[in-house]
Amino acid sequence: MNYTKPWSERMFDLSNIFFLIALSVVTLYPFVYVLFASISESSAFVQHRGILLWPKGFSLASYKMVFQNPNIVTSYINTIFYVLVGTTLNLIMTALGAYGLSRRNVMWGTTIMILIVLTMFFDGGLIPKYILMLNLGLLDSRWALILPSAMTTWNLIIMRTSFQAIPPALEESARIDGANDFSILMRVIVPLSMPVIAVMVLFYGVWHWNKWFDALLYLRNRDLFPLQLILREILIQNNTDSMMTGVGGGDRMPVAETIKYATIMVATLPILFLYPFLQKYFVKGVMIGAIKE
Amino acid sequence: MQPHKTVATPHASYKPSFRQRVVKDFRRNAMIYLMLLPVIAFYGVFHYGPMYGIQMAFKNFSAGLGIAGSPWVGFEHFQNFFSSFFFERIIVNTVLLGLYDLIFVFPASIILALLLNEVRSRIFKRTVQSITYLPHFISIVVVIGMMVDFLSMDGLINQLIRFFGGEPLSFLRLPEWFRFLYTSSAVWQGVGWGSIIYLAAIANIDPSLYEAARVDGAGRLRQVLSITIPSIMPTIIILFILRIGSLMALQDEKILLMYNPMTYETADVIGTYVYRKGVLEASYSFSAAVGLFNSLINFALLFSANYMSKRFSDTKLM
Repeated sequence: MNYTKPWSERMFDLSNIFFLIALSVVTLYPFVYVLFASISESSAFVQHRGILLWPKGFSLASYKMVFQNPNIVTSYINTIFYVLVGTTLNLIMTALGAYGLSRRNVMWGTTIMILIVLTMFFDGGLIPKYILMLNLGLLDSRWALILPSAMTTWNLIIMRTSFQAIPPALEESARIDGANDFSILMRVIVPLSMPVIAVMVLFYGVWHWNKWFDALLYLRNRDLFPLQLILREILIQNNTDSMMTGVGGGDRMPVAETIKYATIMVATLPILFLYPFLQKYFVKGVMIGAIKE
Repeated sequence: MQPHKTVATPHASYKPSFRQRVVKDFRRNAMIYLMLLPVIAFYGVFHYGPMYGIQMAFKNFSAGLGIAGSPWVGFEHFQNFFSSFFFERIIVNTVLLGLYDLIFVFPASIILALLLNEVRSRIFKRTVQSITYLPHFISIVVVIGMMVDFLSMDGLINQLIRFFGGEPLSFLRLPEWFRFLYTSSAVWQGVGWGSIIYLAAIANIDPSLYEAARVDGAGRLRQVLSITIPSIMPTIIILFILRIGSLMALQDEKILLMYNPMTYETADVIGTYVYRKGVLEASYSFSAAVGLFNSLINFALLFSANYMSKRFSDTKLM
């Protein structure tokens, strides 16, 4: 088509592009600043004022401090434990639930599903949950971050929707061979559901990695703290004690600044590395969740 | 149903009784029920368990007597809450933050989706999408941590303010800044992610509509107003209704990280009040009552939102 854009449209295109670039800069710059600050020479960084366009000198000293800090190292290992054990349990529970609740001809299936979905509308609230954990003797134990988070209803719905879309004919031959429901799940349904399982791994994994409030509620023993709780102390409560363990006298002040940024980087890098996969699968997950029914 | 008055024997009846059907179902689906058992146990303990505990809102709970053994006090805790000095403040704060979210965060994603849709270069569009989705995955502790750092007296923002000759502000200690910071950081973290669903709705629009409009001489703005926006209107309405349903379900965890006693005036909401009263001050029954009040409002909002969305379209949450 031989069509010259009117002046107003060109102006719009230009300002649109400009606006979107500005939005991208505003979104990305905090991370860039944190990255540059974390690898800067701490004394040079402290004297610096205003935005950083490039690291001030180069030093990995603050990263070294982070990895020597027993609080951060312990909590990092704890978080890895919570992510691995939590996500494994999540997958087992969600797959079992999604399988059972996606079967036809199960008399109580609908009733169970309604009772489960009801919990999305109404929950007992913070305090009864806390008292329950107290009564179960789960306070101050690793299980406090695993068991109450064994699965989420939203993810159950996504997985169930995906299982329901698998044609029943595919499991017929296995059933004729005498396979029971558990082996049909393991041998037929799971191999056909790898995309949705990938979505689940990422959903649950990121959830466990980022979770902090349950730990604040249920844990007192610092040896069990996940990374996010230590991060909160360092970044938000400005508790320099938990940050400066193992740093000698004169270095304390300047290093304190850059350690913060190195801590943010160390806590965020796994997410950033996974990001390309996250983006691809999460978008799919959002769509599955959105078009149910 | 007519009762069997005749000599008909049970095994001769064609319709199996409820009991028979239950037994048959359990025999046939035993494995399925076995597989569902952990799931049922999980929901029973960790979701219905706290619901049993709600009764403590009407009792004077003491750990020694347990939930069942504590004495009933009726609506005393509710009355105390409604007549308390903080009642008005936290209700106003909760509703205002919810409304700000609805007014600013909700439309931001729609606008971003419309703007992205006008971009001709696919690579540029993809890049902007990738960048704006990113903050969604960053933990709220890190987001607020960066915010605290940038807004501190010696932080990036105040360095810039000083550079331009302004007076530095201790933003996070000023109550008048809290709502702005809560809402704008929600836009920052969620605008890209929220746009996904609208972009998908836009992608589903029939391209021939645009061609027809162009033939009729419609410019780009006219196409957006007459085709794009009306086509994604059902999506907008459903998401808007659902958002109303969660109007008072704020990001309490984020507020807990952001606020401090100096900003309680504008920042303290139902969720954070429950946390302080219940967990920090151990007034279990009182804060369970406040929490129940909150849950009931959320339930009513969500339920009516769901009902409305059913009426507007086939889409519903449940």
